[in-house]
Amino acid sequence: MEQMEIEKDLQTRELTLNMGPQHPATHGVLRLVLELDGETVIKCTPHVGYLHRGTEKLSENRTYIYALPLMDRLDYISSMSNDVGYCVAVERLFGIEAPERAKYIRTIMSEMTRISSHIIWLATHALDIGAMTVFLYSFREREWLIDLFEMTCGARLTVSYPRIGGVRCDVSREFLDSLYKFTEEFPKRIEEYETLIDQNRIWLQRTKGIGVISARDAVHCGLTGPTLRGSGVSYDVRKHEPYDAYPFVDFEVPVGENGDVYDRYRCRMEELRQSNRIIRQCIEKMPDGHILADDAPDLDMPPEGRKRLIPDMSLSHACISLSDECEHITPAGEFYSPTEVPKGELGFYIVSDGSGMPYRMRFRSPSFVHASALPRLCKGHMVADVIALIGTIDIVLGECDR
Amino acid sequence: MEPTEIAGLLKKERFPLEVKGITEFRGQVSVTVGKGKIVEILQFLHDTPELSFDYLEDLCGMDYLGRKEPRFEVVYHLYSMDHRHRIRIKAEVPEEDCVIDSVVDIWEGANWHERECLDMFGIVFNGHPDLRRILMPEDWEGYPLRKDYPVEGPEKKWRGFVEVLDKAERFKQFEWKG
Repeated sequence: MEQMEIEKDLQTRELTLNMGPQHPATHGVLRLVLELDGETVIKCTPHVGYLHRGTEKLSENRTYIYALPLMDRLDYISSMSNDVGYCVAVERLFGIEAPERAKYIRTIMSEMTRISSHIIWLATHALDIGAMTVFLYSFREREWLIDLFEMTCGARLTVSYPRIGGVRCDVSREFLDSLYKFTEEFPKRIEEYETLIDQNRIWLQRTKGIGVISARDAVHCGLTGPTLRGSGVSYDVRKHEPYDAYPFVDFEVPVGENGDVYDRYRCRMEELRQSNRIIRQCIEKMPDGHILADDAPDLDMPPEGRKRLIPDMSLSHACISLSDECEHITPAGEFYSPTEVPKGELGFYIVSDGSGMPYRMRFRSPSFVHASALPRLCKGHMVADVIALIGTIDIVLGECDR
Repeated sequence: MEPTEIAGLLKKERFPLEVKGITEFRGQVSVTVGKGKIVEILQFLHDTPELSFDYLEDLCGMDYLGRKEPRFEVVYHLYSMDHRHRIRIKAEVPEEDCVIDSVVDIWEGANWHERECLDMFGIVFNGHPDLRRILMPEDWEGYPLRKDYPVEGPEKKWRGFVEVLDKAERFKQFEWKG
């Protein structure tokens, strides 16, 4: 009884704590200003923009082809997915159809990126919470995939491999053999990760019931990808609006129930298995043929179309002048194209005015939207849980700040 | 419902005075509306059970400098998880009255998108709970995604950048000369 009375007199003072921008658990340069009462977070204010490079403005001043390498730098750990998403968006805008083989190759590449992104997420998330070994295990598999990227296009991280209307070069026989071997090995490796943390009591305590968000609220906030599916909403762009070879392969969309950190972890682990399945099917079904569409734009696509010649009739055809209007070299219109990248829905909204450069290019990046949900997730949790929550929404600041 | 049907519903039945134009390109429909009743229009799209646009995919600004009047537009991409349809709503915002009502009450996800729109285009959102710059520094001058903003940035350097340059200059004396 006395203890209670003493505690009543003790008053806590609110404390403002700055976390980041240089902090190992923020996965980049995210800054959070936390207002704490004891160890409980009352309010969390994220500050982003430290990695803003003006990609939207830059791509408005480049031709469609030259803007492609910028997309690698958006989400730099899943650069292949961004490139595929961009190429699909421009193809849909131009009305180009990529050849079958290119579609299968791109699907394989997207799913390889999904695996490598998810295992890097698992590695860092587990490391933040305190499980060190998973980090070492998962980088072993990531290395294999990155080597395969290098085998195909020469680059390991910023690949720029897909092209508008197909891919840059064909995949080799050795690539497919090595990848097929990977798909045989990988399910065993997933089980290895799971034996390390799935039933780990510390892991369960740190993740179960933390950062719960209901299905309705998650849609309300605009969450996508595994972060949304952990709450039980089965929304996947690969199923809702299929692109590339996704309509031809068989896969499931794993969903969670409770919408906490643990369910989102389970969703991503199941997605690893599904991605593995997709890659296997793609290798088995891959047809022969061209890898670039015939009507794909040239690499040295002009920024503007030719001007029309107007013969001047007054001087008996001796004078020719140029008109002010350029001919259209691309279809004029606007298109919003969503694609499923490892983090969620990456949307490209491109407005074309008929010239070789986009009039407006807008990226709807999942990390940006997910970071905006942090204040809602953090409220009422402990400081230590903030680390788990930054990990669970799976953000990459390069994509968030663009 | 087909996107064209939704656009027709908006134009013919619900908001005939507000809808200024409907365009279609490769199966995607955009409806251009005035900014006056934008919250009512979006609330109607969100609440009606046959439409139920429960997911705001994207919100962004547009600048048509010298190509179109009014100069700015705010573009909303709406998607329905249940019915799997999409529509694009474009609200016209004139340069001299660069203000539009906020839709944060309808979709919470609009919060940061609207802040970004202010940051990049200078469009002010009425009724937004926390309207500040988001990607650029708070004391940045100008709005980078406007078409009259140079790609290489303004001539006058930002205060923070000048500070860094000064510091680098001052610390040169400590460099190892070998």
